[in-house]
Amino acid sequence: MALREDERAGSRIAGRASRTFGRGTAGRSLLLASLSTVVFFGVVVILVVNSPGWEDVKAAFFYGPEFRESFPDILEKFWTNVKLFLLAEVFILVWGLVLAVLRSLQGPVFFPLRLLSAAYTDVFRGIPTILLIFLLGFGVPALQISGVPKSQFFWATVSLVLVYSAYVAEVYRAGIDSVHPSQEAAARSLGLNRFQSLRYVVLPQAIRRVVPPLLNDFIGLQKDTALVALLGVVEAFRQSQIEVAGSFNYTPYVATAIIFLVLTIPLTRLTDYLIARERRQRR
Amino acid sequence: MAEQLRLEHVSKSFGDLPVLRGIDLALEEHEVVCLIGASGSGKSTLLRCVNLLEPVDEGRILLRGEEVTAPGVDVNRTRRRIGIVFQAFNLFPHMTVLDNVTLGPRKALRQSRAEAETQGRELLGRFGLADRARDYPDRLSGGQQQRVAIVRALAMRPELLLLDEVTSALDPELVAEVLNVIRELAAGGMTMLIATHEMGFARDIAARVCFLDDGSILEQGPPEQIFSAPREPRTQQFLQRIIEAGRL
Repeated sequence: MALREDERAGSRIAGRASRTFGRGTAGRSLLLASLSTVVFFGVVVILVVNSPGWEDVKAAFFYGPEFRESFPDILEKFWTNVKLFLLAEVFILVWGLVLAVLRSLQGPVFFPLRLLSAAYTDVFRGIPTILLIFLLGFGVPALQISGVPKSQFFWATVSLVLVYSAYVAEVYRAGIDSVHPSQEAAARSLGLNRFQSLRYVVLPQAIRRVVPPLLNDFIGLQKDTALVALLGVVEAFRQSQIEVAGSFNYTPYVATAIIFLVLTIPLTRLTDYLIARERRQRR
Repeated sequence: MAEQLRLEHVSKSFGDLPVLRGIDLALEEHEVVCLIGASGSGKSTLLRCVNLLEPVDEGRILLRGEEVTAPGVDVNRTRRRIGIVFQAFNLFPHMTVLDNVTLGPRKALRQSRAEAETQGRELLGRFGLADRARDYPDRLSGGQQQRVAIVRALAMRPELLLLDEVTSALDPELVAEVLNVIRELAAGGMTMLIATHEMGFARDIAARVCFLDDGSILEQGPPEQIFSAPREPRTQQFLQRIIEAGRL
């Protein structure tokens, strides 16, 4: 009925009618979306709660007292993860940029540098992160060379820097390639040398475009800091393992997952927002 | 009068495709020469070769008698002496108009920011762009952007200005403001080599017009002669098509 009235109004004032019609559709869409969401998740919850093993799982993974007891200890050890990924990210951003710039150098003279950079990214993107952490974390200290750090934390950081800088270099390179060659031509035509063109014209535009994918890799890095638990570094995940071993209850794992999510979800949202904004600006 | 620019038998190919076939051309100081010819005849490539943005395959280019195509010549130093303005403006989108204009003087000529900005503002003011200094290029009309690009080239105080179809990317109503700027420069004695499709403009401004066809200068002479009594059949054909299109 309301729709028919809108249509009649539409025949009189086309513009206003289309707005009214639009508002009605939006309201109905919102209602439908809310309804289908409630129904969908309602069904999922009912299925899980009525499953044969639910009582056991609830006791093992969602045990309130265990959660309250383990959470502060895990949170405290999470600082190790934070220190690790902040420190690693600084080196990753710098070293990845160096690799990308080396790879984008033109001219036959620079062939060895391009080759080295390409080989580096091939190798470190190709090795599973966990293997590299084992190889460096256990292998290098075992050499017992004086002056070479033995700290597990140190080698864990190095491993993550090596792996992630390879990915980040490719992200930077995509950004550099996306800047039209006419920009460099314009810079060179002013008498700027190759380095100045890169520094003042190409890289500022390239980096701006790759901020969202860089953030993506940063989120991945945050999660991968849990891998260093395998070297014996006591961070959040290792601490939750210790808690589980003491109580035979898996709730500390859930607590750890929540701590990671609290950090990664806002960053993921920010990344999506930046991507959407970039898309709007390009249009 | 001193000779500003000389091209001797300049040839250039892209892969198997010859683009320039033995170009000979000389410009006196303060002379304005227009290059006309169909798209793909080699006008843009010729300008890019003069600015050393494209290496030549054969032949020599001399700037005030000094060979700039010789091995070991500092290309950056040479480019500072030659300004070029592109069809698509090629302004730096991440910089304000003033930063666009002062980047060259600050980085290539090592001027202080204050010195470069004083000069930049003065130039922008001269071309009616004083109030746009703090804007980003995408806030400007096409005509304003191209004028900024011209100012950016002039800020280097070039001995020679190359203009590569600078009005081809503009809406028709914005062409005049850019052409007027170029007329002003010509009146001020700037030596210019101009690739253009604007025949009326070429007739007004050029001391000499060169018709390029398939990588060669087929015919050159004063504009009255080229436009009124072209000798070569290919030039006649080209101009006939331009007249039919209502562009002359």
